[in-house]
Amino acid sequence: MSKGFGSKIKNISDTNLLLTITIVVFFLMYIGAMIFQGEGFLKPQALFNILNANAALIILSCGMSIVMITGGIDISVGGVTALISMCCAVYLDKAGGNVAVSVLIAILIGLGFGLVQGFLVAYLEIQPFIVTLAGMFFARGMTTIVNTEPFNVSNEAFVALKNTRIIVPGMGSVNRLGNYVDAYVEIGVIVAILVVIVMFCVLKWTKLGRNFYAVGGNSQSALMLGINVKRTKFIAHLLCGVLAGIGGFVYFLHVGSGSPSHASGAEMNAIASSIIGGTMLTGGVGNIIGTFFGVLSLSTIQNIVSSAGLDQAWWTGITVAAMLCLFLVVQSVVMAVRKKGSVK
Amino acid sequence: MQTNETKNAGVSGFFGRMIRKQVMIPLAALLLLFLFNLIMDPSFFKIELGYNSAGNPVLSGFLITILDSGSELAILAIGMTLVTAATGGQDISVGATTAIAGSVLLRVLCGTNSRPETLQAPIIVAFLAACVVAMLFGAFNGVLVAVFKIQPMIATLILYTAGRSIAAWINNNELPVVSDESLTYFGEFIPGIPIPTPFFIAVACMIVIGLVLKFTNLRLYTQAVGINENSSKLNGLNPVFIKILSFVILGLCVAVVGLIKVARISTINYSVIAKDIEMDAILAVALGGNALSGGKFNMTASIIGAYVIQCLTTTLYKFQVRSDALPAYKAIVVIVLVIVSAPVVREKFNAFMAKRKVKEAA
Repeated sequence: MSKGFGSKIKNISDTNLLLTITIVVFFLMYIGAMIFQGEGFLKPQALFNILNANAALIILSCGMSIVMITGGIDISVGGVTALISMCCAVYLDKAGGNVAVSVLIAILIGLGFGLVQGFLVAYLEIQPFIVTLAGMFFARGMTTIVNTEPFNVSNEAFVALKNTRIIVPGMGSVNRLGNYVDAYVEIGVIVAILVVIVMFCVLKWTKLGRNFYAVGGNSQSALMLGINVKRTKFIAHLLCGVLAGIGGFVYFLHVGSGSPSHASGAEMNAIASSIIGGTMLTGGVGNIIGTFFGVLSLSTIQNIVSSAGLDQAWWTGITVAAMLCLFLVVQSVVMAVRKKGSVK
Repeated sequence: MQTNETKNAGVSGFFGRMIRKQVMIPLAALLLLFLFNLIMDPSFFKIELGYNSAGNPVLSGFLITILDSGSELAILAIGMTLVTAATGGQDISVGATTAIAGSVLLRVLCGTNSRPETLQAPIIVAFLAACVVAMLFGAFNGVLVAVFKIQPMIATLILYTAGRSIAAWINNNELPVVSDESLTYFGEFIPGIPIPTPFFIAVACMIVIGLVLKFTNLRLYTQAVGINENSSKLNGLNPVFIKILSFVILGLCVAVVGLIKVARISTINYSVIAKDIEMDAILAVALGGNALSGGKFNMTASIIGAYVIQCLTTTLYKFQVRSDALPAYKAIVVIVLVIVSAPVVREKFNAFMAKRKVKEAA
């Protein structure tokens, strides 16, 4: 039996193997939480709350995964999110603008960052980490230049949009008073799920998506196959920028305020989610569905940590880092073992 | 860019050779900044001898500020240069590990009481404890990079996230305050000496690393590993050890920085201590003209680079730029810097210059 199982494992591609690990880990964790923590995790709303709080992270992580699949990285997404929140907040609240234009502003800011960073990385061949590190500091600095003080947005149309709840039929539960409460998700979740589906299709079935994998896997052979490596990298960063724009607005929609400290560490969570979701740092391996489950795993473990009474702020940082470390090492070991196996 | 490549340089003799030296890159930047300040406001160069609140003679002025607060950066630049050269990546956890080192230092100095009347341990013991812990964390980063082959920036991202949390956890999230005077000697002034102590500490570190580079094979081995890991292995080096060693040395630098940072304020603020210093340290290495992708390095250039960065920061502060807006300006400097030093841009520039030369000849 073990032999059959072993050969089956060898036949799975790297992407699918890491994806399987992620999904299994997520379900084990969630079921574990249901058993040991009970109460909160048993209601479907618990899952929806995780989605509500992390819709923006899901979108950011999708962009991050795409860049990582091409072998790059983008650590500016958190800063961009903060900048977008602040700009939209100032525009809506102080200039009395309308919501549709603010969406446009968000996407344009994201696009701007994507364009510049993509150009520097792809055409000037500067290390993506340095470029996006500078991008992150620039975005954070600009946020405080736009406005120093955190404030809430009171624009009516925006608040109405923010409070829109989409009821999920049949998932509601009975609360303590015996009333039936509908389960709901916010608009951001719908956007996030759309983004996941679209990006999944792009990566799986379009030429562009295949190019991403080819460039990340081995840019030399991709070049020899006639793929425009530079343009592919450029588009990956552009896409990541646009997704950061959308994600930034979804984040803004969730928190409804502008603040220089918004989304601090979001880039870290996005990278961690992608890695946990089975995207390899070396490029060429990864899957959007994995990233989606990566975000869920990360936030589930954060919820477990905080509901286990370890709610001092530092525990969250330490758990995320520990989990990231664990998955990095597991990836490294799994890949080393498989490499050895294939040589034999 | 290297001197030996340019023996047949067109620009006349000595001057041409000087201009192509790597040290010239940060020096030119420094000159530019000085020139800018000279034109805008010559009071930048004024140095005054005054007395501080304790009645000791102290020097003050913008130049002294640069020498003083640039010390931490210069010390970190030493370690960062080695890590960059050996691994081709950078350690972005230095700020967070500085918090850890400082936290350990205070924990040993204060014991369980967060407001002790007297020190619970000699400063040297506390410093050694901080060194050991910081080196252990350095080794942790090193193992991830060298053994598990994780990109340095990602591997150090782990401590970048967790570091400040760990630092807070070491002291149970309390903020111990040292009332003993002797700790401040390391961060401010020793009575009777008008030059700030951190500068002396930085100079001591530079002398140590200078001697190490002169009398050991560290430079050769680090460069060999950085240029080609596989061939260095075939030549009998142990790349894994060299890489971990570079991270451990950086850990030692971090511990020294932790001491200075804590001594400056006699306490610690976990979320603010050494904030964004990783960016400055990387910038210092880049400004020194060292390739961020590893290989050859020039320690002197990195250290001068560190002081240039500090000079830039001080200049920006002088022009009333708020501290939280500072990163935006520095980011622009980084981008300009990396664009100028990018191989592609340089190639294009050289090709352009060659074309012009051909035209002139014809």
